[in-house]
Amino acid sequence: MRTSEIMRNIKTIMKREIKGYFESPLAYVFIVIFLLLIGFFTFNVTSFYENGQADLRAFFYWHPWLYLFLIPAAAMRLWSEEMRMKTIELLLTFPVSVGEVICGKFLAAWLFIGICLSLTFPMVLTAMYLGDPDLGAILCAYIGSFLMAGAYLSVGLMTSSFTPSQVISFVLAVVICLFFLLAGFSPVIDIVSGWTPQWFVGIVTNLSFLTHYNSIQRGVIDFRDILYYFSVIVFMIFANALVIQNRKAA
Amino acid sequence: MIEVRNLTKFFGSRKVVDDISFGVEKGEILGFLGPNGAGKSTTMRMITGFIPPSSGAAVIGGCDISREPISARKQIGYLPENAPVYPEMLVTGFLEFVAEIRGFRGSEKKRKVDEAIEKCFLTDVRSQSIQTLSKGFKQRVCFAQSILHDPEYLILDEPTDGLDPNQKHEVRQMIRKMSEEKAIILSTHILDEMETVCTRAIIIAGGKIVSDNTPYNLRTQSSLHGAVSLTLKAPNPDEAAALIQTIPGVKSIKVLDHSLDDFRVRIFPETIVNPIAGTILSTLGEKNYEIKSIFVEQGRLDEVFRNLTAVTPQS
Repeated sequence: MRTSEIMRNIKTIMKREIKGYFESPLAYVFIVIFLLLIGFFTFNVTSFYENGQADLRAFFYWHPWLYLFLIPAAAMRLWSEEMRMKTIELLLTFPVSVGEVICGKFLAAWLFIGICLSLTFPMVLTAMYLGDPDLGAILCAYIGSFLMAGAYLSVGLMTSSFTPSQVISFVLAVVICLFFLLAGFSPVIDIVSGWTPQWFVGIVTNLSFLTHYNSIQRGVIDFRDILYYFSVIVFMIFANALVIQNRKAA
Repeated sequence: MIEVRNLTKFFGSRKVVDDISFGVEKGEILGFLGPNGAGKSTTMRMITGFIPPSSGAAVIGGCDISREPISARKQIGYLPENAPVYPEMLVTGFLEFVAEIRGFRGSEKKRKVDEAIEKCFLTDVRSQSIQTLSKGFKQRVCFAQSILHDPEYLILDEPTDGLDPNQKHEVRQMIRKMSEEKAIILSTHILDEMETVCTRAIIIAGGKIVSDNTPYNLRTQSSLHGAVSLTLKAPNPDEAAALIQTIPGVKSIKVLDHSLDDFRVRIFPETIVNPIAGTILSTLGEKNYEIKSIFVEQGRLDEVFRNLTAVTPQS
């Protein structure tokens, strides 16, 4: 009985947030910018056509870097806006728990990113038209990208609860995400591995979004990679709940 | 009932709410008064569970707001200060969201939303986006949100703030209409409002309750209460004043004004238990003074309010 009530509350919150995206111009601006940028990088920077290969490696290569700026932008309003408009006082005095609210918000934003991601389907069609791509690998890559988006989002959702200012929330999210990204970026690893023990390098690279993303890109969904992304998401959601509870106490 | 037990709240090392206790029964409208920053909103936020108390408890219909927050909040309707609403939503969309979060589905949801819209006179704007509404309408949308699930306990933080006099009147009537089967706490700093709406008033200052009384009894604490204001036709003011002084029961008089032959005077009784208006009338009548007007003062709430909440320098 209680479980169905929890699911119902999460669904209600989620529905409102999704509506919130599409009732403001934000969703449309976001989708257009996302698609334009990903197209530009894929075709013009990594020269999709000139590669002469019918796969989407050039396309998926850019996802972590685009997400670095775009996902904090999609997440920054989730709590900041509630604080700025004071609607947080309504939301947190409704008969719902903080956890339900956070899950609803997170799932709504994740679904929104999922919609954006699925709108890149012409890329798949292009590759299929040009050759015979490995559709299994592409599906894997999409799943990996979506999981990684969830991790970025959970960071953005948490930083959004720090402050009523969307700008500060955005910058904080970018900085934290950048850390998670660079920890697995090969130039950075090369620098670090020169003077630290191997086990330390292993820990740092395994903390990175990029390491696990690249691992899934190879076409194998490893349980450890899924576990990694879900633990980041769960950790950030818990941290978010703590921030909200303590903000109330302040 | 709502029971507030020894609520205390610190912000950092500053004590904002200091050991407040009271109870509100069904049928009561409790006015919560105090100067700005006295701790009204903080107290209401603790009662509704928005912020946890540093110590003490608020029990709503038997449920402690800290221990059983969900079942306690289900019984509360809350209108926060400044009536926050989601600006990008439609009026109906917002109320449907609230109805869903209150657990209504399908036709029941639709009925609850329609009822709330009707009760709060929102029919004309129901399909408008909230950001296009004036302040008064926004206030009513938020008010509609608080009564949508017909809660037993209503907590209203400055429900008439920013409304024009007509809208204030409407909101007050709504509150009074609903009060029979509900316990209502409302905060205000408008004294007239407290007097016309509330059955009981708690005044807080510096986070402490300084008075818990009916609005009428509050008035009686005024130094003016029971005083008689009198306008006489008196060619010789000094003589009239001397005469009034001799009337039994009169403590002191204060001459307000004497122009040509109008003589206005305020007469303070020794005790309010024995009304003096009658004796004054008969004494002056015997001496053939022409009385132009006589008025027994009820007392002034703003004076009582000022006396009760006067800032005492903190040590």
